[in-house]
Formats: sequence, C-alpha cells, structure tokens
Amino acid sequence: MSYTARVRVSLKEGVLDPEAKTIERSLDRLGFEVDGLRTTEEYEFTVDADGEDAARNDVEEMCERLLANPVIHDYTVEVESR
Amino acid sequence: MTTVGVLQFGGSNCDRDVAKAIRNLDADAEPRLVWYKDSLEGCDAVVLPGGFSYGDYLRAGAIASQAPVMDEVREMADAGKPVLGICNGAQILCEAGVVGGAYTDNRSAKFQCEPTHLRVESTDTPFTRRYTEGEVVEVPIAHAEGRYVAGDLDALESSGRALFRYVDEDGEPSEEVNPNGSDGNLAGVRGDRANVAAMMPHPERRCDPLLGGEDGRRVFEGMVEAAAE
Repeated sequence: MSYTARVRVSLKEGVLDPEAKTIERSLDRLGFEVDGLRTTEEYEFTVDADGEDAARNDVEEMCERLLANPVIHDYTVEVESR
Repeated sequence: MTTVGVLQFGGSNCDRDVAKAIRNLDADAEPRLVWYKDSLEGCDAVVLPGGFSYGDYLRAGAIASQAPVMDEVREMADAGKPVLGICNGAQILCEAGVVGGAYTDNRSAKFQCEPTHLRVESTDTPFTRRYTEGEVVEVPIAHAEGRYVAGDLDALESSGRALFRYVDEDGEPSEEVNPNGSDGNLAGVRGDRANVAAMMPHPERRCDPLLGGEDGRRVFEGMVEAAAE
C-alpha cells in the first residue's frame, strides 16, 4: 500500500525561535499586529507499507532518527492512503 | 608518532586549518585528512572540523551525522580515544548523539563571526588538561546555529560536563557576553565520557600569533598528549 506522509517539525514550546521573532517584527513594521508566531518545517513524501499503522511507525522512526531532533523539536505525523 | 584524523565531509572548510594547527605543535604528532568515505583506522584521535557539511540542509550537521564513518567515530569514542567536534563538527557530534544536547539558530538569527572570551570550566579532559580551571582565554566563533540547548542543563552541570563558558574579560558569564543565547553560556561541553567533546569556538584559529593569538593551541596539545598515553 502506498501512503502520503506529511510531517511537521517545530521547536518545542519554550525553545526560542529567532526566525519567528524576526518575522513578527517585520510584520509589525508593515502595520500588522501578530502574536505567538511559530515557524514549522513541513515534509511531504510517499511511503510504501503494509497498512496505515506500519506507515505511521516508519514515519515516526524517520522523525526520531533524522527529520526532527528530539532535544529541541516536537513533530506531528499524518499518513493517508493514496 | 600520534596520528590525528581530521574528518572531511563535503562542505567542511576548517579541515586544513586544523591539520596545520596539529602539524605546528611541538609534538610527535601528525594530522591525517580523512575523506568521509575512507576509514579512520590507525588514527589515535579524531577532529571533526568546522564548515557547512551538506550545505546545512535539514539542520546543521544532521546529514553528516548519518554517514557510515560516524560508526568509526563512535568506536573511537568508546575506546577512549580523543574525539573533538569544532563548530560544524560539534553540531555533527550532537546530531549523532555522541555528545548530548542540540544546536539551533543563534538568538540573533544571524551568522556571527567574532572573538569571544571563554572560561575553562573543567580541566578533566584531553582538550582542557593544559589549561587551568577558571582561566579566561580568547577564541573566536563563526556560526549561525551555535545556540546550545542542553536538554537537561542541571544534569549537565552537576555531572561536570561543562568545558568552556562564554564570559567577559574578567571571567564573568552574563547575557550580554552570551553571543548566541546558549544554555548556561555554554561554549563547549563533553560527552558522557571525558574523551569526547563539542565546542563552537574555533581553537585552530588561535594557534599562531599572526592570527591574533595562541589561546587555542593547548586544546590540540592536550588532545595529542592524551592520545599518546
């Protein structure tokens, strides 16, 4: 079975996000008032696996080992059959 | 003769500086540049130098940390041989889990290249044995992702894994002299074992009076000395 995986990686709550702060300041200069802006990296790809649970397990392992750094990141995983 | 491997990845750019620093030591040691597809066999110590391996894709050091040669680095670390990561090399060691914690974007969100003052926190490692505890040295940084996140800072501090701390000229740490927002002003830390360390400042850039000083030289002197024991 083939699945589309979507992984979102963001800094953990409490870990400073300087890129987000810079973007917030820039929006502020344009006259927009925003708060709590966070940046997220999104990865989308196709995986083959024997069922949705297996696909999700594979993608979570990818997150633990490479796509995210568990010391500083939280991540979410979505898989859907193609 | 002590052989110090200097591990090169695509995008390493401080490899020759490190090799030159080792060659210029008054010691029976020679550097060996080792391409990541080759082997570290026969090396008594290894330095992972600075640079931008794999263009810093994904995260600085993340791709290089998965290279098969890192298994050899782990074996050397487990065997008690000195393993030192400098700048991008430090990021690679953390991404590989050889040293705890992680590096991420500087608080400034900018690349910073500037001299920093460091206080030596522990002399219990090959890299700091030639310094005295509390000594203040000047070594430059050059990085965009040098903010160290310890994970568990209390555990790190209480187990004596802090090696260098960003301080002012008088040896006082503060937010003002923390160039990148690192936890605990940490500029260098060791792993669970004392023979493994990661540091963002570049000691190889302070090994010649012509380059502004020799404060970094003893990092390599101590490393070579320990490797020969």
